[in-house]
Amino acid sequence: MKRVGPSGQRQVRLRHKTVESERVLPGSGLSGSPGGIEVFPRPEKIRIPIGSDRDIVKARQEGRRVAGELGFSSTDLVLVATAISELARNIVSYAKTGEIDIRPIVNSAHRGIEIIARDEGPGIRDVDRALQVGFSTSAGLGMGLPGVRRLMDEFKIQSNFGHGTVVITRKWKN
Amino acid sequence: MEVPILKQHHYLIATVQTALSDADLLHLRNALLQRVGEFRSRGVIVDVRALDVLDSFASRTLADIAHMIRLRGAETVIVGIQPEVAFAMTQLGLKLEGVATALDLEEGLSFLDKRVATGTAKLARPVSFKR
Amino acid sequence: MKVITQEEVRTRRQAQQPKETTISLLRELVAHLCENRTELRSEWARRIRDGQLLTAMTEEEVFAEVTSVYDNYVEAIETGTFEALQAYARNLSERIIPKGVETHEVLGVVLLLRDLLARSLFAKYQDDFAKLNQILDAYEPAANRIANTVAVGFVDERERIIREQQEAIRELSTPVLQVRERLLILPIIGAIDPQRARQLTEQLLRGIRTNRARVVVIDITGVAALDSNVANHLVQTVEASRLLGATVIVTGLSPEIAQTLVTIGVDLEKMNTVGDLQGGIEEAERLLGYTVVPARDVSAQPS
Repeated sequence: MKRVGPSGQRQVRLRHKTVESERVLPGSGLSGSPGGIEVFPRPEKIRIPIGSDRDIVKARQEGRRVAGELGFSSTDLVLVATAISELARNIVSYAKTGEIDIRPIVNSAHRGIEIIARDEGPGIRDVDRALQVGFSTSAGLGMGLPGVRRLMDEFKIQSNFGHGTVVITRKWKN
Repeated sequence: MEVPILKQHHYLIATVQTALSDADLLHLRNALLQRVGEFRSRGVIVDVRALDVLDSFASRTLADIAHMIRLRGAETVIVGIQPEVAFAMTQLGLKLEGVATALDLEEGLSFLDKRVATGTAKLARPVSFKR
Repeated sequence: MKVITQEEVRTRRQAQQPKETTISLLRELVAHLCENRTELRSEWARRIRDGQLLTAMTEEEVFAEVTSVYDNYVEAIETGTFEALQAYARNLSERIIPKGVETHEVLGVVLLLRDLLARSLFAKYQDDFAKLNQILDAYEPAANRIANTVAVGFVDERERIIREQQEAIRELSTPVLQVRERLLILPIIGAIDPQRARQLTEQLLRGIRTNRARVVVIDITGVAALDSNVANHLVQTVEASRLLGATVIVTGLSPEIAQTLVTIGVDLEKMNTVGDLQGGIEEAERLLGYTVVPARDVSAQPS
């Protein structure tokens, strides 16, 4: 029986003994650092389960906090928080439950923030149509995906009818 | 979270807090509708200066509030949308069309005074007015 | 589901423990760096001079920085933490960037030290190949991490400074003018790229809040052409201004720009446009309730 513990540890039941089979540790320091020495410290990911409208508020507040720590401008903070709000709202409206992951990211030139919105909901039958501007611009009707894409710098969506949806979106600092 | 609603002469002023959930917004809508009827208010100001995000649901609900309150014969004005929030709203395509907006409480009151004085607030049922 | 035995768990646990030898090797390494600090540091300064690096700095300045960097380097290796180094790198960058020091110089200097220290390790352990390998195993990742930290810190600082300067230039080149109470004028001149367009919008919206403007006149007489992206931005600016309670009048619309706006679906009937700036200001004053009278009519009062 596999259970996933709170910090991502996989626990394996072995004859009534619970044993740690794998543990992912952040590696950064040298002295006493288990395993290899990493060049970049592993970024912390925050996961917010989405199940109610209160979770929408929680997710966008967390997103705003992380973006703030990364040094985004005040306007960008609102853009990120708004995007998270819309993505979380989609989960509640269409899938009932899902999760939002918020993660600082780095590439060769910039720092940024990555948001992943996941659900096991009904999925989108026609993703292309959903991404067309005008499909859902009326406030509150439809999915607002073109809007989210405008708010952020990068936007990827994977959705299959009957198999849920994953949206990955990123914003880079300047 | 309950949104505080103050009565100022013929106006109602609702001041929204930062962490406003969908349920809170709907409560606000119902509370305003009820009180507009109860006090026969002529105008409603919804002060959103503390809102850090105005998303599609909030936008639609505010528009609903304005529409429903107009049916009860009163004008609504949304005040205090922050520059960054206004920017994000237009990126998302949220325009609050047909809803009056003003910079802050003072401007909102000034707007309502003008509207009410010129009698442009429509009444749901014709009522004789003595001025 | 994979079943794992107790034995395997123990082995894995042990593998994850820091080797006793790694810690003692690092101690040995740090000791070596401290003992030979004076010679290694001077040698490094010499190589910097020979390599024609940091020419923007005086010899005393170079020596002072060389000393600090060396000590921070050793501390980073010793403690395994890089926050102090990061802070130092940014601080150093803040000092030397105004002097005109370039990225390749900073990277070159740090790499010189890395090579210099490696060579000194070769020399020390030349009779014990196995030991040399072990010490290098401990040294190399740390040295690379340090080079990375310093270079990235420098580049980040440079980028921050450049951004600030660009921002300052942009703000200077786009004044939002208050001509009357409650009236703002934003004359846009020259080419607009999406970045500048966004910066204009943000500046205008903040200006509306600060000046409590009720009417804004955006004059685009000085703009030759708008692509559809920037035209969209203009429309969004008008919409966002309205959300702040301000009416926008667009003046100076050329036929070409009017065409672009129509093409992207803007209903020009709905957008408040006036031919020229003067006309726009008069319209704005009318909206604000000012009565505009000819200058010679001295008996008239503005309302």
